[in-house]
Amino acid sequence: MIARLIALLRRYWAIVNRPSVHFSLGFLTVGGFVCGVLFWGAFNTAMEFTNTETFCTGCHEMRENVFPELKQTIHFTNRSGVRAKCSDCHVPHEWTVKMARKIQASKEVWGKIFGTIDTREKFLEHRLTLAQHEWARFKANDSLECRNCHSYDSMDFTRQSARAQAMHSTYLASREKTCIDCHKGIAHRLPHIPPGQGPSDSPGQDVPKH
Amino acid sequence: MKAIAAALVLFAAVAWAQAPGILVDPMRGPVPIPQPTQPPKLTNSVNDDLRLPRNYALQPPVIPHRVDGYQVDKNFNKCLDCHSRAKTLFSGAVPVSATHYVDRDGKVLDHVSTRRYFCQQCHVSQEPVKPLVGNTFKGDPAQGRR
Repeated sequence: MIARLIALLRRYWAIVNRPSVHFSLGFLTVGGFVCGVLFWGAFNTAMEFTNTETFCTGCHEMRENVFPELKQTIHFTNRSGVRAKCSDCHVPHEWTVKMARKIQASKEVWGKIFGTIDTREKFLEHRLTLAQHEWARFKANDSLECRNCHSYDSMDFTRQSARAQAMHSTYLASREKTCIDCHKGIAHRLPHIPPGQGPSDSPGQDVPKH
Repeated sequence: MKAIAAALVLFAAVAWAQAPGILVDPMRGPVPIPQPTQPPKLTNSVNDDLRLPRNYALQPPVIPHRVDGYQVDKNFNKCLDCHSRAKTLFSGAVPVSATHYVDRDGKVLDHVSTRRYFCQQCHVSQEPVKPLVGNTFKGDPAQGRR
C-alpha cells in the first residue's frame, strides 16, 4: 500500500519535474500567469465576502447579540448615511495585518463549531473577556480602525463641544490616550467592568454593589 | 328599568348636542380630535456645556450637554463614567453631590447609592424649544444658589 503510494507520488513528481514536451514555455508562463490572476481574484473575493454584514450576521451569535445593539447606535444610522459595518472596526484594512487577523479568526470558527457562546447566557458570561480582547487590540494598534475614518489631522476642534475639545486637545493630542480609552461601548452595550479590569488606564466602573 | 335606560340615552344625546364647537387644546392646536396631529420637529439637545443656575433651592441641576444613547443600566453608568467622584479629577466634570453617596439609613458609601443611580430621573438635558403651554413661573436664582 505505502509502496504503491510512493510510486504514484514519484510518477507525478517526474511529470512536474521534467521540462514540458507538449506545451511551449510561453504557453505555460502565460497560462500560469492567468491562473495566478484568477486564483488571486477568487481568493480576495472570498475573503472580502467574509467581511460583509451578511456573512457576520449569518450566525445567530452575532445576529441576536451584538448586531441589534449596533443598530441603535450612530455608527449604523446617522444624518449623513455613512455606516461602519462589523469589519470596518473589527478587521484591519491593511493586507498583512488583515491576514493575521483572519488566521486568528479560525479560533472563532472553533468557538462556533463547539458552541462556546451559542446561548444568550453563555454569551453574557464571555462578554467581558471578548470585549477585553477587542479593547486590547485597539489599544495595541493605537485605535487604527477608528482612525481609518476619524483622522486626527482632519478633526476641527472648533466644531466640537467644549468637553470634546478639552479632551482631544490634551490627552489625544499628546498621544497619552488613544480613542478606545474613552470611547468604549460606542457601538455595543458595555458589560459590567470590575474595577481594574478595563484597559490598562481605566479604573473600571463605579456601579453599586447589589 | 327601561324608562331609566331611555332617560340615560336621551341625556347622553342632549349632552352630545350641546358639546362646544371645537376644542382647542394648546398641545394639539386646532386639529380636530379624530385627526392625527403633525408631530413637532425633533431638535438636538443643548450641548453648550454652560451650567445653568438653579431656579429654586435644591433643584436638581439640568444637564447642559447631549446624553443621547447614554448607557445607564446595571452594568454601566455612562454619566458616572465622568461625574463619579473618583473620575472628576481626570474628566473635569462636575462631581456628583456627596449626598448621592449616602443610603437611606444615612450610611456613607464608597459608591453612588442605588437610590441615586438613575441620573435622568431628576437631571435632564434641555431642548431648544418653545414651551407648548404658557407658564408664569419665575425662578429665583438667589434661592437656587444655596
